[in-house]
Amino acid sequence: MNKLLQVTHLVKNFGGLNAVADVSMHLDNNELVALIGPNGAGKTTLFNLLTGVIPATSGSIVLSGDHGTYPLNGKRAYKIADMGLSRTFQNIRLFKNLSVLDNVLIAMTSKFKEGFIPTIFRFPSYYKTEQQLVEEAQKLLAIFELEKDTDVLAKNLPYGTQRRLEIVRALATKPQILFLDEPAAGMNPEETANLTELILKVQHQFHITILLIEHDMSLVMSLAQRIYVLDHGSLLAQGTPDEIKTNPAVIKAYLGEEA
Amino acid sequence: MIKLKANFKYNVIWFLIMVAGFYLMNTLILVGVIDSFIENMLVTIGINIILATGLNLIIGFAGQFSLGHAGFMAIGAYATAIVTQTNSTPAGFYISILVGIVVAIIAALIVGIPTLRLRGDYLAIATMGAAEIIRIIINNLKITGGAAGMFNIPQFADWPTVYIMVCVTTIIIVNFIHSRAGRAVTSVREDEIAAEAMGINVTKWKLAAFVLGASTAAVAGSLHASYLQTIAPNDFGIMESISILIIVVLGGVGSITGTFVAAVVLGVLDTVLQNFGTLRMVIYAVALVLIMIFKPSGLLGTWELSIKQLWRRPKRKERVES
Repeated sequence: MNKLLQVTHLVKNFGGLNAVADVSMHLDNNELVALIGPNGAGKTTLFNLLTGVIPATSGSIVLSGDHGTYPLNGKRAYKIADMGLSRTFQNIRLFKNLSVLDNVLIAMTSKFKEGFIPTIFRFPSYYKTEQQLVEEAQKLLAIFELEKDTDVLAKNLPYGTQRRLEIVRALATKPQILFLDEPAAGMNPEETANLTELILKVQHQFHITILLIEHDMSLVMSLAQRIYVLDHGSLLAQGTPDEIKTNPAVIKAYLGEEA
Repeated sequence: MIKLKANFKYNVIWFLIMVAGFYLMNTLILVGVIDSFIENMLVTIGINIILATGLNLIIGFAGQFSLGHAGFMAIGAYATAIVTQTNSTPAGFYISILVGIVVAIIAALIVGIPTLRLRGDYLAIATMGAAEIIRIIINNLKITGGAAGMFNIPQFADWPTVYIMVCVTTIIIVNFIHSRAGRAVTSVREDEIAAEAMGINVTKWKLAAFVLGASTAAVAGSLHASYLQTIAPNDFGIMESISILIIVVLGGVGSITGTFVAAVVLGVLDTVLQNFGTLRMVIYAVALVLIMIFKPSGLLGTWELSIKQLWRRPKRKERVES
């Protein structure tokens, strides 16, 4: 049985810096995995490698689908997104000057086709696809209680709602795997609690695999089924939350050597 | 199905407005209110509208700062000049427009594929250079008449042709913007990295906007050549690109309605100021500076005229009152 996503010996060098050094990991179907590590450990770089934002120096990333396996390294980011890997960003990257609805519709662009001629001359088929798109987007927004804000510009939403919209937008691409980059950053405890529920809901309702970067350990420990710990670009440890909590190497990386 | 009918209604209203505009102008010309002087101004405004809406698509919606729009205009102008001199019929004129569009698309692809990787100021300089290359090639070819340009181009473009072309190119660009394609293009302007992560092929959509803008510029060039009957390479220099850019910025980057308003305002201002002799350029420049100081986002910002919203507003009020 193939793993849904198999990463082997992944390396990324920036000049002399090994940002990601020989990382091997895997994700299974419908699994919720966390990726933790101190600041500068290479977590976001690893995300960028997996989603094709930057190319890897060496190593391989392989996605197993229903019809076989697909290597992802060297593919452009939009192709990887088309294959079912979607993400949110550490510093929110919504389309700020566009409405909430447009943000979601844009993520559905590659899933619907409209010809140039029917679009320009407004054939009935154009209106049909548009209506289909809008209905689907509104359904998705309703699940996340954003249906009242469809016409609001993304930049005018409160911070927590912007994070939520980013997750909705990522889901609109119909992903198999969702990467969440510090979704709880800048949230208060109450918002974090809501977010925890939201992430569980996403995982169960959409049957997708989630890989999560997070510094909030209460969130990580309550959500994750498995945890990878990254330090100085390489994997320090992996295991269940309980194993990680008691792993001496992890404690050392986070708290430093005992005096 | 209800929605479909409603949209049909708005499209019919837009169509009626266009037809009404046509007959209004026709009557005014027959009555004599519009003389050949004003007609000349209206044609110039129309050509500027075609140029500026195309450039607004590239700058305002795709977010790619292009300074080479006059280069594509030159391609259309010379296509028409060359084709209509050998085939001097209305059919020849329309064929020449098509030839201009095809050549402009090829040129836009050649220019766009390497340069659209660049951002901001770098892209502006690269597109400016590309337009200069087009101008210099025209300047040195025999078939284009070299630096002296071309004369006695048969006149097929009168004001109805220009009016219809303004309508057609605007419909194409506005419908492109309000579609899946337009949303993809706008997402590239907003955030390239996020767009790419959402499955948008950034290079493809940048090119699509650039090519569509270039092909409408070629149409404007064809009309320009056929209406003025005389063209020279220096008509399509950097100053022409900048004057199109001024219309876009003044009307509001990202507002097609604004482009219309700015083209009309500047066209009228330019004509009125002709009585002031040398002071004209000073007053023109001061007017531009004042508008930029008091309305930095352009006359209309990103506001668009929408029949749909105008139609719904009174109805919404009625509902509130009752």
